Parts: sequence; structure tokens; C-alpha cells
Amino acid sequence: METTHKIRVLIAKPGLDGHDKGAKIVALALRDAGMEVIYSGLHQTLEQIVQTATQEAVDIIGLSIMSGAHLPICKRLITMMKKQGLDDIRLTVGGVIPYQDIPGLKEMGVAAVFPGGTSFEDIITGMNNLFE
Amino acid sequence: MPEIKDILLGNQRAGARMIRLIEEGSPKAFPLLKQLYPHSGNAFIIGITGSPGVGKSTLMDALILEFRKRDKRIAVIAVDPSSPFSGGAILGDRLRMQRHATDEAVFIRSMASRGQTGGLSRATKDTAIVLDAMGYDIILIETVGAGQGEFDIASLAHSTGIVSIPGTGDGIQAVKAGILETGDVFIVNKCDRPGADASVHALTMMIGMRNRGTQLSNPSPKWTPLVLKTKALDGTGVDELADTFLSHFDFLKKNSLTDQTKRTQETLYFKSLLNDLTLEKIRSFMEASPKYDAVLKKIQTHEMDPISAAEHVVNTMIILK
Amino acid sequence: MGVAKYTKDERGAIKEVTYQSGIRVKPVYGPEDLKKAGFTYEQDLGAPGEYPFTRSIHPQSYRSRAWTTRQYTGFGTPEETNERFKLMIANGQNGLNVAFDLPTQMGYDSDHPLAEGEVGRVGMAIDSLKDFETAFAGIPLDKIGSGLTINAVATIMMAMYQAAAEKFGYSKDQISTTPQNDILKEMIGRGAWIFPVEHGVRLVGDSIEYAVKELPKSNPVSICGYHIRESGATPAQEIAYAFEIAKAYIDNVTARGIKPEDFVGRFSFNFNVYGNLWEQIAKFRAARKLWAKMLKTEYGVTNKKTLFLRGLFGGGGSGLTKEQPENNIMRGAYYALGAALSGAQTTALCSFDEAYTIPTPRSALLSLRTLEMLMDEVGLRDTVDPLAGSYFIETLTLEMEEKIVEEMKEVQKWGGMTKSISEGFIQRKVSRQAYEYEKGLQSGEYRKVGVVPTSESGDSPDQETEKTAVELHEYNQEWAEKSKANLKELRRTRDNKAVTKSLKDLETAARGSDNVMPHLVNCCHAYATVGEMAGVFRDVFGEWNEPDFY
Repeated sequence: METTHKIRVLIAKPGLDGHDKGAKIVALALRDAGMEVIYSGLHQTLEQIVQTATQEAVDIIGLSIMSGAHLPICKRLITMMKKQGLDDIRLTVGGVIPYQDIPGLKEMGVAAVFPGGTSFEDIITGMNNLFE
Repeated sequence: MPEIKDILLGNQRAGARMIRLIEEGSPKAFPLLKQLYPHSGNAFIIGITGSPGVGKSTLMDALILEFRKRDKRIAVIAVDPSSPFSGGAILGDRLRMQRHATDEAVFIRSMASRGQTGGLSRATKDTAIVLDAMGYDIILIETVGAGQGEFDIASLAHSTGIVSIPGTGDGIQAVKAGILETGDVFIVNKCDRPGADASVHALTMMIGMRNRGTQLSNPSPKWTPLVLKTKALDGTGVDELADTFLSHFDFLKKNSLTDQTKRTQETLYFKSLLNDLTLEKIRSFMEASPKYDAVLKKIQTHEMDPISAAEHVVNTMIILK
Repeated sequence: MGVAKYTKDERGAIKEVTYQSGIRVKPVYGPEDLKKAGFTYEQDLGAPGEYPFTRSIHPQSYRSRAWTTRQYTGFGTPEETNERFKLMIANGQNGLNVAFDLPTQMGYDSDHPLAEGEVGRVGMAIDSLKDFETAFAGIPLDKIGSGLTINAVATIMMAMYQAAAEKFGYSKDQISTTPQNDILKEMIGRGAWIFPVEHGVRLVGDSIEYAVKELPKSNPVSICGYHIRESGATPAQEIAYAFEIAKAYIDNVTARGIKPEDFVGRFSFNFNVYGNLWEQIAKFRAARKLWAKMLKTEYGVTNKKTLFLRGLFGGGGSGLTKEQPENNIMRGAYYALGAALSGAQTTALCSFDEAYTIPTPRSALLSLRTLEMLMDEVGLRDTVDPLAGSYFIETLTLEMEEKIVEEMKEVQKWGGMTKSISEGFIQRKVSRQAYEYEKGLQSGEYRKVGVVPTSESGDSPDQETEKTAVELHEYNQEWAEKSKANLKELRRTRDNKAVTKSLKDLETAARGSDNVMPHLVNCCHAYATVGEMAGVFRDVFGEWNEPDFY
């Protein structure tokens, strides 16, 4: 059989924050980089995100968080992912993320952080590198 | 690797990973699929098709809600087109169905068309087998266009709903495109818009003509397609739509048409597999030959044109007796 | 280079300039340009304060009064917000612009599971009238007007503001509030929507009708081109979409038998100042003119004051960069200059640290000082509309007007704003543009100073500067604990029978066509919570299912 591996990404907007421009343009950029992008839409609970990632068997979850709540959100999501056995799915996060918070995010198990202002190229390379 | 027993138990994680193997054309998929196949054949498969903008995803969302009220377990395959430029895709249909994401009796899977016209490929068929074996009562398949080539929607689904909206002439277009033959239920969505009744009328007329044509040549009992009005946004008409689909399924069963459908579908599936496997086998055989490389080089150095090269390879390497 | 498209020749001289709205700019403008465009003073400008108000809505503009400043304030608990309000007023701010946290904006109480981690984070947490009583304690509500930055549940906050004022002894005709209350723009840009489009518009209509009849000094809706621009719209689309949104609200209210003349004067607008300086100035001048023309010709409005385009021109969030945040201080000053040259009545400025965090007191004060400098130090109050008569500015203003009209026509072709949004036409167009713009920025086709790739000056983002320059606003878990404790206490001590009854009445009104506002005021007085009132709407209206965007 001819095998065709494509990276599948879930771009998700957790919580109540509705600023979705970043999520949408990143979704477009990833599509143009040949990835298959599932977009969750706004106001998602973490349960919805975990279930979506499960059903879609994505390789990456890309959270977009602009409200400043990235630390508690990522922490809870990682716990839920572990419980669901989603150990092969990489969690990445973008949005309004101060550089100071990156080490903490990495420590809790976030695979990559793309703070606002990260170029599309860096996000795409960063995501591809997760599988090397 | 997903475990067969987990898939058969309806474990979404296992099912999703299995579908992923199928989609990627992984060699691991076939052995598993073979084991799943005997457990399929129970689900009622509904195809929902129509042009972009007619509100298919919203209708799907409303249908899921309606079937859930009737305690059915629902799986969804939502096909979105791949970008012809990058090969990537944004799969946004599920956006409209996200309220069902945490319902354990609902499984939504987005698929990119990956270059297939109408988005339907053997991967869609294989995926339906997995979902069927997982025990979902109803499988909804959403596509833009009815599909062409090997797999059209009718070769995958028991029942096909064609969605249009008032005033766009979409329904009429469907007839012209030959989709009318495929439709079991015609849905005029966004029916609060002007022209809904005219659309219903036009579709009904055309179905009448189609049936007069076929009734004479085919004496077996024939389902008369229905035209329904819905407003998916607030669920208007969706209960009736669900009823109609279910009664179509009953009709098929009562008249032993499900068996007939199954036979046709199995033959198609077999032929499609035959095509893929044959092609794969021959191609890998050819590519392994030193002749192949030699010819490839000649093309690159312009010693040979690609047409003659292809003819040469086929004629010298495949000798049919 | 810049936020416009520039092409240069091999020596680096600029050959072509195209603004985001699609206008080509010539190297030199002269009298022949005005002639070609058919410009006449009487028809296109007129005196300041005279129709079509291109120059200003007031004859004396800043000569008689400097602009009003309204920095966005509010965070954490109502107590802390109250302190901040008092500080801003003591520092010379003459109006409040209140920020709410996300749970409040989305109609959830602080103890709702979805509120976790968000209580008090981006604004103050409001659960019931108790919180408003605290937040506005000691504020002279008959003198200080309040902008309430809330949309999906703006009706609830408006009712609560009235209820709080009444508790303090003010009557409803003394108070002045401007809830943002623009649900359609939330659906295009900011994402704080709850109910389906038609119900959202109905609530806006209810609040306008109520304000017309009961709140003479309040402006019930502030239409935000601002966020539409932030989402990727061009300056021309920003105005065009805002006006088409206004029309959707006007149509809803006139269908209730109220004449446009009687309420459109209470509309205010919130527009962005981010972008090319000249394009911004032309945008505002064209917008004032078009709004007046539209009301006059399409809605038969005759009263002069009703034709004014009032509003807040400010912000500029999209222009801020995360790299070298201190650059944002200068950037903001130039945006403010643009606003002043456009004759902004009311203004506010994004704080330089907003790309990271919600503004700290230091950065908020810096923005306020920047605005003061323009008015009090460098001479922007000297004369009205100083750029009038410029060959370039007047030509550009006319071209801008044309572009705005073009964009409005497209929306009309799609079937009007409500339909354009529920079908996703606008969202698709705007997000595609945002993507293209971002690509241009990253490839260097557009330029923001201090952002890679910025080869010309060789500067690059400097994380060290950034770390030292920005002081982060810390989230305090205690806010949530406190709010939750207050809620528990409230539910125990209030008259729950009265609450249930008021909510029942609200439900009946929501199901029927009665105006929900008086019922909301009753609910607030009974100490029903925001979550309970919004819950009634959720049950009756359902929630919106957003369309795709690609």
C-alpha cells in the first residue's frame, strides 16, 4: 500500500476567551504546510478537547490561550490526557504567553510553546521537529 | 497498535487509531480490518451530501441530537476537501457538532478528501467498517458532492440525503448532475427563506418523472424519494427527517433490499481492493527492476519521451498469456 | 515596510504605495486631484459642526473641550476595581471604562466549572448587584459616565448599573452608561457571544428601546469597528461593517415602531487607530461624513445632533509588538496623534504591555500621560481639523469614502449584516485577510519596527529587554475564592422566593416579545445572579453555533 503520513493537529480554544484570530491564522498556515487541521471552535471545555483529540487521533494538540490562564489549563489538560492514555499526542500551546512561563510549561509536559509573535515557519518547524 | 477487542468493545481511542492506520494506508491496517469485517454489517449508513453553504454540518448536528433522543449510538464521518496546493486541510465540519464531543455514544471523525473527487475513497468505506464493528447503530457520512469514480455515496450508504436550499437551483443542479438517481431523501434546508415551497415543488415533480421512468422497467418494490423541509439551525423538520431515514431503512429491510445493497456494495469493495492491490503489486514489481531505472534515466537525459518509456516498460515487463 | 504595501526601486526609492483599504497613494498631490475628485468645500467639508461633519461634530472641537479619556479599567474583585476607579478619577480621568472578567462576559457565575482559573483575571468578577454596589461605591454616578465593556449579557449589566445607582439614591434619568452591547462584532471578532444571532440582536434592540424610554442620558450601544479591525479587517471594512451592524440594530428597533430620529443619536462607536497615519485620519473624516449622510438619506433623520458620529477612537492593540515592548510607548503616541488629528471626541490608548498581560497601574498611567501631552503640551487643541484643505488628505478622504461604500455594498449583496455573520461570509473574508497580512508581516512585505525580519536596521527582538521592561500582572486565586464565598453567602441570605419569581417573569418576557430590561432590573434588585439571568436566556434562546472560517 502507498502510505501517506500527514500530521494531524487539533487547534483548540479552551475556556471562555474568544480571541480566535491567532488560532484561525495558525490553522490556515498549518494547512498550507500540508497538515490536516481540526479546528475546535470557541469556548471548549477541556473534556471536549480531550475527546476530540481522541476521536480524531491527532498527533498534536495546539492550544491557543490569550487570557493568561495557560498554566492552570495546561496542567489540568495534561492530567486528563494521561488518564485517557493519550500518551502519544504532543501538547503545544500558543497565545499570550510570557517567556517567564515557558520553563514551567515545559516542565509539566508541554512539548512546545509558541508565544504570540512566533513566525509561522517556526511553528511549522517546531511541530515537525516533535517527531524526529 | 489498536487491539481488536478494544475496537469491538467500542473503545474510541482504539477505533480512532485504527482509522488512522487506514487513512495512512498502513500495512498494519489489513490484518485488523479482516478481523473486523465479520462484525460489520449491522449499522444503518446514511450519506448526507450537498453543495457548500447549504448547512450540511448544522443538519448533521441536529440529526445527531435527534437520533440521540431515540437512544441510537451515532458515528459521523465528516469529509472536507484537501487543499490542492499543499495537500493539507482544515477539517471544520465538526465545529458545528462539538456539543456532542463528550457524549460517549457519539463518535465524530473528520477526514480530508486527499484528492478524491467528492471526498469518498476506499478509506471512507474501510472507516465505515470500523465504526460499524464498534457497534454504532447509525453512521452518518457528510460529503461535499456525491462522489464520483469508484465510490459514490450510494455505494457506501443505505440511504442518501441530498441537501439544498431555496432559490439557488441546487436541487435542479443535482438532477442535471445525475445525483437525482442517488437521492432517497431530498432536504430543502433553511426552509424559512423565500422560495422553499417552490424548491420542494420542483424537486417533487422531478422525482415523479424519474419514478415513472423506472417503474416500467423495474417491477420490484420501489422507494419513492421524499422531499422534506428543514431548518437545521433550530431543528425544525429534523424529527421528520430522522423518521424518514429510519422508515427508508425499514423499507429496505422489509423488501430484502439491504441484502441486495450489501451484495452490490461488497462487489464494488472487492473490485476496488483488486484495483489497488493489483496496481500496488505491479508497480512495486516494476520499480524493483533494473529496467525501470534505466528507462527513468533515459527520460531524464531526454533520450526517450515519457510516453514511449511507459509503453516500453509495460510491454516488455508484463507478458500476459 | 509599514502597514501599507510599498514597492521600491533598486536604489530604495519608493515607487508605489498601497494602503490596506486598497487606495494607491501618489508621490505628490495638488489642486488638480481635488478637481478630479469633484471636491467642493460646501458639499464635502462644510464648517466644523455643520453637515456633513467631515471636519468635526463640534464647531470649536478641542478649543472648547479636550477629548475625554477612558482607559480600560477593572480587574480582580469589585473592591480592587473600586480603588482603581478612584485612582483614575483622581488622576484626571473623566469617564470610566469598565472591564469584566470572562465568566461575567459569558454569563457564568464565579462558581461555575467553566469559570475556573478565570475569575477576576481580565476584568472584575460580577455575580450580583452586591458586587456592583461595592465597585461603584463613592463614585458620583451623576457626574461620571461609565462604559461597560460587555456584550452578550450587556442587558444584564445595564440593568445592574441602574439597580446599583438606584440603591445609591440616584434616579435612572441621572445616570449615564454606555454598555458596549455590540453582539454582532463579537461574532466577527472578539468571540464573547452566547446566543444565536437573531436573539442576540433582539437583546440589543430591547436595550435600545429601554434606553429611549427610560434612560435619557445613557447610550445603549457602542458599535465596535475596533475589534473587527483587530480581527483582520481593513480600515475601510472596519467602518463599513460597523455601519452595516448599526443598520441591523436600527432595523430591529424601528420594527418596534420607534423612529430612527428618536434613538440613533444615542449610538456611539468604538474605532481603532492602528495603521497608516494618513489612512486613519481619512478614515475618521470619511466616517463622520458617511454616517451623517446615511442617516439623513436612508433613515430620514433631520435633527442635526442626531447625525453626529460619536465615539471612542483609540486603542491600537494590533499594532503592539511583543518584541521590544517599550517601542509600543512611542507607537501608541503616534496612534494617539492620529486620533487627535482626526478630531477624536473620546479616546483611550492600549498600554505598552498589553501584548503580554493586562495593563499594570504604571503602564495605564503612562497611556493617560501620553494622551495629556497631545492636548496640553504640544498643541493639538490649537485649531479645529488642522489638516483640512490638504490636497492629499481631502483626496484620500474622498477615496476612503468610496471604499467604505463599496464594502457596505458587498454586505448588502450578501443579504445584510445579520445574514453575513450567521453564514460566516464576513468571518471568512476577515480571517483570510488576517492570514495574508500576517504572512506579509513575516516575509517583510509589511513592516513593524523591532519585529523580525527587520534587516534594515539590524535590530532583533531582545528577550532580555522584554523581561525587564514588562512587569506582569499576577493572577490571584484568592479572587475566585472570595467571589465563591460571597456567592454562597448571597444565596443563603437573599429572598430566594423573590429571586425565583423575578426569574420566572424574565423567562416569560424572553419567550414572548416583551422587553426584557424592566424584568432584568427586578432580577438585579432581588439579587439574582448573572449566571441565573443568563441561564434563563440560555434556556430560552439556546447557544450560537459558529460557522466555519476558511
